[in-house]
This record gives sequence, C-alpha cells and structure tokens, in this order.
Amino acid sequence: MLRERTFNIVAFLALPLVASIALALDEPFIISLATRAAILALAAVGLNLALGLGGLVSLGHAVFFGLGGYAMGILASHAQSYVPLDLGFIVIEGTKSMPIIWLVAVVVSAATALLIGLLALRTAGVYFIMITLAFGQMFYYFTISWPAYGGEDGLSIYVRNDFPGLNTLDPIQFFGLVFAVLAAVLWVMGRIERSPFGLALGAARQNAVRVETVGLSPFRLRLVAFVISGAVTGLAGALFADLNRFVSPTMFSWQMSGEFIIFIVLGGIGRLYGPVVGACLFVLLEHLLSGISDFWLIYLGTVLLLVVLFARGGVIGALSKPDATHD
Amino acid sequence: MTDPLLDIQALSKSFGALRATADVSLALVPGEIHALIGPNGAGKSTLIQQIAGGLAPDAGRVILDGRDVTGLNTADRARLGLGRTFQISALAMENTVLQNAMLGSVGAARNAWRFLQPVMGDARLRKQAEASIERVGLEEAANTPVSALSHGQRRLLEVAVALTLDPKVFLMDEPMAGLGAEGTARMTDFLGDLRKEAPILLVEHDMDAVFALADRISVLVSGKIIATGTPDQIRRNDDVRTAYLGDEVLP
Repeated sequence: MLRERTFNIVAFLALPLVASIALALDEPFIISLATRAAILALAAVGLNLALGLGGLVSLGHAVFFGLGGYAMGILASHAQSYVPLDLGFIVIEGTKSMPIIWLVAVVVSAATALLIGLLALRTAGVYFIMITLAFGQMFYYFTISWPAYGGEDGLSIYVRNDFPGLNTLDPIQFFGLVFAVLAAVLWVMGRIERSPFGLALGAARQNAVRVETVGLSPFRLRLVAFVISGAVTGLAGALFADLNRFVSPTMFSWQMSGEFIIFIVLGGIGRLYGPVVGACLFVLLEHLLSGISDFWLIYLGTVLLLVVLFARGGVIGALSKPDATHD
Repeated sequence: MTDPLLDIQALSKSFGALRATADVSLALVPGEIHALIGPNGAGKSTLIQQIAGGLAPDAGRVILDGRDVTGLNTADRARLGLGRTFQISALAMENTVLQNAMLGSVGAARNAWRFLQPVMGDARLRKQAEASIERVGLEEAANTPVSALSHGQRRLLEVAVALTLDPKVFLMDEPMAGLGAEGTARMTDFLGDLRKEAPILLVEHDMDAVFALADRISVLVSGKIIATGTPDQIRRNDDVRTAYLGDEVLP
C-alpha cells in the first residue's frame, strides 16, 4: 500500500494524466470531464476547510458556488451585450476578463459568507445545517424568480472569458488553467491546516471549551474559516460557469451543496486531498454509470454507503496507509 | 493581607427553586493555595463555572486582578490571566500532547490569525510549549495523541496547557483525580511550588492532598460557604465535621 502522501500525489497527477491522454487521443470531451472534476474538487476543497477542519457541516455552500457562477454570468452578459450594468449609483461595464471575474466572485462570496456565518454560526449541529440550507434555498428561489438574468432558464455566455496569454476555448489550455488554480488553492489550504489558525480551528472542532480556555474565540475562528471556505467555493463557481458557458439557478440548489459533502465523505473527511479524490471518483462514476442506467445514482449511493460503513477515512483512508509520524 | 488576585463577591445563582450558589464570597491572595471542598452536590461545579465564565451569576461579582470580569466570557477571562484546568479533561483528543500545549502558546501569544506559517515551526511558541510539557513530566509523550494517553497523563497535560498561558491565577478542578498514589504525591509537590508563581484556587476531593497543600480552605455546603480558615481551623470546626459526617473523613 502507498503512504497517504504518495497516494495523494498519484491521485492528484491522475487528472493531468487523463487530460494529456485525452489530448493525444483527440477526445476533447474527456478533457472537459477532467476540467469538470477539477472545478468540483476546488469547490469541495473550499467546503472542506469549514467541514473537515472546522466541523461545520454546511448544507448551503451552493450559495457561494452560485454566486461565483452569477458573478461570471452577470459580468460577461453585460460585456457580450455591450449594455453596462446601471446600479443607479454606479455604472459597471461588463467584463470578459477571468482575473477580474474571479476577484468579484471571491469578494462577493466572502462577503456573503461573512453575513451568513454571523447568523448561522450562533447555532450548532442540526440547526447550523438547517440555517445554511435555508440560505441556499433563498438564493435558489430568488434567482428562479429574478427575470433579469434568465430566471429559471439560466443565462448563456457565448464565448468563454479571457485569460491573459491563453486561448481559453482550447479545452486543454482551460484545463491547465483550472488545474493550476486547484493546485495553488490546495497548497494554500495545506499551509492553513498547519498554521496557528489551523491548529486552533481544529481544536475548536474537537473541544470548543478548550479553545476558549486558552483565550481564543471559537466563533471568530469558525467565522474566518467559513469566509475563506465560501470564497474558494465561489471561485470554483466562476470557473464552473465558464466551463459550461452557462449559469442557472441549479448552481444554487441544495443538491449541489449535498454533492460537495458527498465528495468530501467519499474521499475522506478532513483530508486535504479528500475532496479531490471524491470529486474525481464522482465524475468518473457519473460518466461510467450514467451510460449504463438512468438510475446511476443508486449505484453511487451504494458506493457511498460502503464508504461510510467500512471506510471512515474515505477512499484515501481505505487505499493508503498513514504517513510516517512527523509534525 | 495583600490585595486578592481573585476576589469573588457575593455570588448567587439559582436554578428554579434550587439555590446552587448562595451569597458566596472567596478571595485568593498571591502565593496561596486556597482549597474549595464540599460534599457532592454542594455546588462546587456551578461555582467554578461562574468564576471561569461559563455561567452568568444572578448576583455578585468576580474581580480578577482588580478588574470586574463578571460580564466577560471564558475567552476574555483567560486572556486576562485565568488559567483553568478541568475535572473531565477538555483537550483536543486527536491532537498530540505537544499540539495541545502549542494551542496554549498560540492563545497566550494572542495570535491565531496567522494562516501560512507552520505553527510547529515557530521556535518561540514551541519552546514555551515544550517547557510546559517538561515541567509536568510529559516530554516523552510529546508526540502521542491525547486519545492514547492515560487518564492521569491527561490531567498533567491539562496543567501543562494552563502553564503555557502564564496565568495570574490558577483555577484547578480536581487535578488529582485518577492520578494514583504516586501521581498524587508528585502533583502535590508540583502544586506546592507552583503557588509561588500564581495562587491556586483548588477544588479537590483528595482530602490528604488538600490538607497537605492548602494555606486556606473554604467549605461549601448546599451552595453556602460554611467556613473558611487554615487547615487546622477547618479540622476543628464543628459545622464542617457535621457536614462531612459519614461522608468523608477529614484527615
């Protein structure tokens, strides 16, 4: 068996490997599947900071995913129609620039996470799950009933947005960009896990009173974790919208939030690479099984059940052995 | 007598008709171990909770180093110098001994808002944490997860984490529980020295340890302090004897 660290590297490099083979075989659809897996992984990596390390089971992370998506959709739609967005006090030109869209997606998601966190983090357990779910549903129904940007039908963007120096319409180049973002975020998350903040956040999950007794506020730790977590999932939302060149209220749906949790549980809760392995496995199963049956989710459910029952450490825990002890 | 570092003034707390804490006043002066004893159900835990900030009193005040902290929460009180250890270990069970002590150093440095530097690579925090672990004699278990520690070792770690905070006052809830004879003797020696650094309000069931250690003892019965005095005075006090009769034998 591989050590967990080695297993993670192998699993992580499987994505670009699959994309490269697909490129060699001229299978752009497979490249876009790999891109999809990387973006969903990114969204769940964001959630994993709150859920895995912080113990905050958010069933509302689709809010940030959707906000990222609509940040892209709204900015790009104004750019493609040449009609600036007039907010009354300020007129915003649309943009087709990914870096600007990402920045907007991250800032809007972080600000929203701050507001939701301020309210939701006063509760714990089932109540926290329900409040985050309720926020998700609010956004979902709001976008359905808001006609300006397509309402229930969603919003199509005809040309993928630009990134300096890249042709983003070329599947492999867009994949490379997404993969680089995922790698960078994973690196940052790995640092956060080992930082003083990460230590305190993890301790707050295990024993909040302990953290208070050393003079730290579990609420503030969780709030900051929730904001960072939301920001990352928001960034993933912007990329997801760009992958599909389409945004719709589905991005806000609670099923989306549930899928993020499934990725984490599949891969291994609290493991840095858990969401990556989980998301890849999910996309793979979706691709393989949905060809066999329309009811492929039944098989996915069975896999999930087996993981929860027999492999508490998720797929990573089951298929690798612990790293040598170190600090 | 010098000004008390911890001054509890007329604390009261009721739960419905039950007066769990009835007009309790207690002071902790520099250099002393003040033991709080009382039969089971006397209201010790409720009182401790109010001192630590986990429970708001109905009336009365808690003064820490000259500052009224009655309205402050647990974290604020810890920052102002209240070092607490728990009867039932409150530790991060998945983390190692060293990581738990490091959490104390992070709290003491009041700086959990660093996101990219590895905490274990911070030499200053680490030195402080390792020194505390060494003082309680846990250095060989530094990399052991707390879940694998014995009950007694967890007690020691509780004390080590409190040490990293360099508190002005210690509030210790049954630090001897589960230590065994040898462990209790070592802890007794240790606390005896520790009082010079900061006074200790000690809640303890082990009467031998209490009478060996305490400079003063307060006896809590049914939420009221029925006597405060030196171990000798308490031993001779009739009310105390009555309260403890058939319950525990005073040494």
